[in-house]
Amino acid sequence: MKEKIRVGFEGDFQFREIEIAAGDPAPWDPSQKFSVVGTRQPRLDGKAKATGEAKYSIDVRLPGMLYGRILRCMLPAATVKSLDLSAARKMPGVRAAIALAEPGEKLRFAGQEVAAVAAETPDQAEDALAAIRVAYEARPFVVSLDDARKSGAPLVFEGKTETKTSGGDVESGGKNLARHGNVLGPRSTVKGDVDAGFQKAAGVVEGTYDTQVQTHSALETHGLVARWEGTELTVWASTQGIFDMRDQLAETLQIPVSKVRVITEYMGGGFGAKFGPRVEGLAAARLAKEAGAPVKLFLDRKEEQLASGNRPSARQTVKAGATRDGKLTALQLTVYGNGGTNGGTGTSGPVKNVYACENLKVDEYDVFTNAGPGTAMRAPGHPQGAFALEATMDELAKAIGMDPLEFRLKNDPSAVRREQFRVGAEKIGWKDRDARRKTSDPEILRGVGVGAAVWYNTGGTGPRATVTIHKDGSAEVEHGVQDLGTGSRTMVAMVAAEELGVPLDEVSVSIGDSRLPFAPDSGGSTTTPSSAPAIRRAAWEAKQALARAVAKEWKVPAESVKVEKGRVSAAGNPPHEATWAAACKLLPSEGVAATAERADNHEDAWKRFTTGCQFAEVEVDTATGKVRVNRVVAVHDCGVPINPLTTESQIQGGVIQGVSYALFEDRILDRPTGRMVNPNVEAYKIAGALDVPEIDVTLVSVWDGINNTNSVGIGEPATVPTAAAIANAVSHALGVRIRQIPITPEVVLAAVRERDSKGGRS
Amino acid sequence: MKPFTLVRPTSLAEAARLSAASDAEIKAGGVDLVDRMKEGIDSPKTVVSIVEIAGYDRIEPGPPARLGALATLARIADDAGLRKAYPALADAAAGAATPQIRHMATLGGNLCQRPRCWYYRLEEFECRKKGGDDCFARDGENRFHAVFDTDLTCCCVHPSATGTALLAYGASLDVVGPKGKRTLPIDRFFHRPVKDPTRENTLTAGEIVAGVAIPAPAAGSRSAYRKLKEKESFDWPLVETCVAFTLSGGTVRGARVVFGSVAPTPYRSMAAERALEGGTPSDALAKKAAEAAIAEAKPLSQNAYKVTLAKVELERALRQAWA
Ligand SMILES: Cc1cc2nc3c(=O)[nH]c(=O)nc-3n(C[C@H](O)[C@H](O)[C@H](O)COP(=O)(O)OP(=O)(O)OC[C@H]3O[C@@H](n4cnc5c(N)ncnc54)[C@H](O)[C@@H]3O)c2cc1C
Repeated sequence: MKEKIRVGFEGDFQFREIEIAAGDPAPWDPSQKFSVVGTRQPRLDGKAKATGEAKYSIDVRLPGMLYGRILRCMLPAATVKSLDLSAARKMPGVRAAIALAEPGEKLRFAGQEVAAVAAETPDQAEDALAAIRVAYEARPFVVSLDDARKSGAPLVFEGKTETKTSGGDVESGGKNLARHGNVLGPRSTVKGDVDAGFQKAAGVVEGTYDTQVQTHSALETHGLVARWEGTELTVWASTQGIFDMRDQLAETLQIPVSKVRVITEYMGGGFGAKFGPRVEGLAAARLAKEAGAPVKLFLDRKEEQLASGNRPSARQTVKAGATRDGKLTALQLTVYGNGGTNGGTGTSGPVKNVYACENLKVDEYDVFTNAGPGTAMRAPGHPQGAFALEATMDELAKAIGMDPLEFRLKNDPSAVRREQFRVGAEKIGWKDRDARRKTSDPEILRGVGVGAAVWYNTGGTGPRATVTIHKDGSAEVEHGVQDLGTGSRTMVAMVAAEELGVPLDEVSVSIGDSRLPFAPDSGGSTTTPSSAPAIRRAAWEAKQALARAVAKEWKVPAESVKVEKGRVSAAGNPPHEATWAAACKLLPSEGVAATAERADNHEDAWKRFTTGCQFAEVEVDTATGKVRVNRVVAVHDCGVPINPLTTESQIQGGVIQGVSYALFEDRILDRPTGRMVNPNVEAYKIAGALDVPEIDVTLVSVWDGINNTNSVGIGEPATVPTAAAIANAVSHALGVRIRQIPITPEVVLAAVRERDSKGGRS
Repeated sequence: MKPFTLVRPTSLAEAARLSAASDAEIKAGGVDLVDRMKEGIDSPKTVVSIVEIAGYDRIEPGPPARLGALATLARIADDAGLRKAYPALADAAAGAATPQIRHMATLGGNLCQRPRCWYYRLEEFECRKKGGDDCFARDGENRFHAVFDTDLTCCCVHPSATGTALLAYGASLDVVGPKGKRTLPIDRFFHRPVKDPTRENTLTAGEIVAGVAIPAPAAGSRSAYRKLKEKESFDWPLVETCVAFTLSGGTVRGARVVFGSVAPTPYRSMAAERALEGGTPSDALAKKAAEAAIAEAKPLSQNAYKVTLAKVELERALRQAWA
């Protein structure tokens, strides 16, 4: 059915005719008077989490449960010569032992899995690992990106490239790419003609930018508890995708999908690294089968750092040109990304999708090293790409003598983001940023920088929800989505409460179980835009079921019954009217229920990227090189935010993770031995409470009409521009370009030396 | 963690006797010891807990001050009398670790804690401090390692903040051992790894620090403690500096200059002390002392920046002290 809807954002609306699937409500209009959506709702499970009452998967303890532990090879490259589990099997308390690598198999990073045991206590399992007899032959290895690119470098993959990817990972580029030594690619994108573009430019800049490896470091580690009952397997997992987990377990263990149940009641974060059972999850299921008892296998912090994934490092060279009046004429990115034994390290999202440029060339190479595999991490490739792109934009603005913000506004094709830039600039005090560089302390300089966020507005089809309206007027939602900690549980309840017109505290929610209606994986900021439309539709259909039931009682045609907030009525002679509660009393004892599936995205909706921008103000101690981030102003588009409170907290989390990435985090590999020297959260430095700046969040609501709730995800865009804005702010403070993160005292001191040796401004 | 027996003697003398065995270790707050046990780098058979022994948590600010070894960093940081007479010690205690840790950490444990060198702290590296043959840091990842005394057998840095301050104040330690008591000047407490890198202090088997005595500062005394960390929360310092001296008739006398987190022991810079002696407080004097101090630095492959930090921080500490 064609319907005319309004799309756009405050001050800039337009009408658009779109096709709406039969049985699906039209997207909410900007004039909609919400009673629940858009209100600031604390998480429904906030208290349970704060008091410890909430039991995460890592807290699960079953009667007779065993503890699993994994043996890892601490050589960065080795071939398994022999593996003998018999002595380990005889150790006290040991009930199962399995091989995870076979003799002859090549191991490619320090920390790779070799075998696993399950025992009655964690200590017994640990002792049993020591009893496993394994012999390795060490092979030559390479751990740094520079060394890996050299000709004659030890090969991470001697034969074919054997990368392992999981859900959410960036495509490694397919089988067709050539690999030379350890370097795979390039994956290339060409638009227009960059050489011609550079010719036309009045100013051209080029720079090389280095970013480090960041680890996900979610509070809850990877793992699961596996229990077999006959041929049925139940797992309590810490996962971003319970249905994906279910399907992969069934496929790998060769049992019917119907025999696998995955439960994730509460979850302690994932950031992209928790898809599928992975090695440890499969090991737990196999150990449990062998032992005939439930097995719990969660990684410890060290294993988490070594082998659970990371954001690849990158060396990016960006070249860009612009005309004197500030139009980009050419943009070129060459990136060598290092995801250890994994590919998919590209960073071109921002270069391709933020600023408009006719001439574009991108070449992305994956460089393999003997290091823990990279995997999807909060906006894969984007924080890296934004750092290089936004530094380039500043440099180029300087080269053509234009204010960096004005330059961005000239080249930004997104009306929403242009507005966001203006809002943010006002809040951070962009205009007098130069005047504020000097502080009362001559050694401390202040700087202000900016970066743009881009993400992809893509909810997916498939999710289903069941909404039940009870005889007493209360309601229930069943939807199998996992809540990573982002607030999905609350979002589910809010959407149903809004559509039904029932108070939020009368809606109860069941989530986190693969026996519930299908729900999306939580990756790519797609959870809310995938789930919310299914829930709204189910609630809408449940209301229709209510109308039919009431119509029968009132003996009127079903079409004449109107269900509005708190009120059910039917025109006619005589007219009928009842409160919600009174109408629901007319229901049979089982109430009414509807299960609905999310409709497809509206192809003819207002297509756009999810946008945002962040401004950072920093203070830099030029004598010690220490950077303090004072303030981050974050202006984001989250479609029409369902719960502004948790939306803002997602953005705060993204900013904090970005501050941490910009200044502190770094996986450090020991070059001589190839081992990580900071596999913990002490020497692997993560921003703490005192390092967090003041964060000022503004949400710009956007109605794009792409789904019935106009909802968009925010987890990823929130962290895309933070490091870029901070690095630009530090560069502004110092008057010299920062070309690498983390921006440690050492990096700043080197930049100050470079500036002073060139006689730059101070 | 390996199984162990926990014993809880009621006197220090008994604790000294029990901990003299080579497979026994003293536990005070346990912040450091339990961490090492969990990481598998220490597996004592007997853990001798002294934390409940009465009478060793006193703080008598004096001056002269007497502190029991079981006084926590939190209490040392909060004691008004100590802060008045020994501000550098109060600042050192207040700035160490995190609030939770400071409530557990004891003075004795802080002085006797083991270094944080990542090679030492990871069981897969059999480094010299653990009796192995190599110092992995020397040619490895040494951005946070020593920049002074780097030509010895180990280039870790000593982590004790209170040790840095107490060395500047010329404190002495009351030690109880299986054979009785002795007084140990702090100048002779820390052990330079000239030959033996497996220990950081000169206590002998079974000896326990019972308390610390700090002499009364002379008239006109000044002191300051500073630390520089990458992160403000949960981080270890890159450089600590502590200075103590008297200002008499406008000139600096008897200066003690100590750096922390830059050498295998808290590091006294005699060169800086000599440069300060008899000088008149000025930015130029601070600079002269700092330059004298870092002339002795021998940074490793990745940590020359720490020498710059030591210089800047010493100048700032001096300016802070005589301001
Ligand atoms: C994240 C983090 C940051 C930190 N930052 C800092 C910092 O900035 N500065 C700093 O100084 N410290 C820092 N610490 C270390 C912390 O202060 C020490 O671990 C703590 O002071 C140890 O005290 P404890 O009483 O718990 O010692 P324990 O762990 O009980 O003992 C430590 C060691 O000393 C021995 N020992 C204890 N008491 C005595 C005694 N009376 N006589 C003889 N031997 C004894 C024990 O046998 C053991 O080997 C940090 C720790 C952490 C975890």
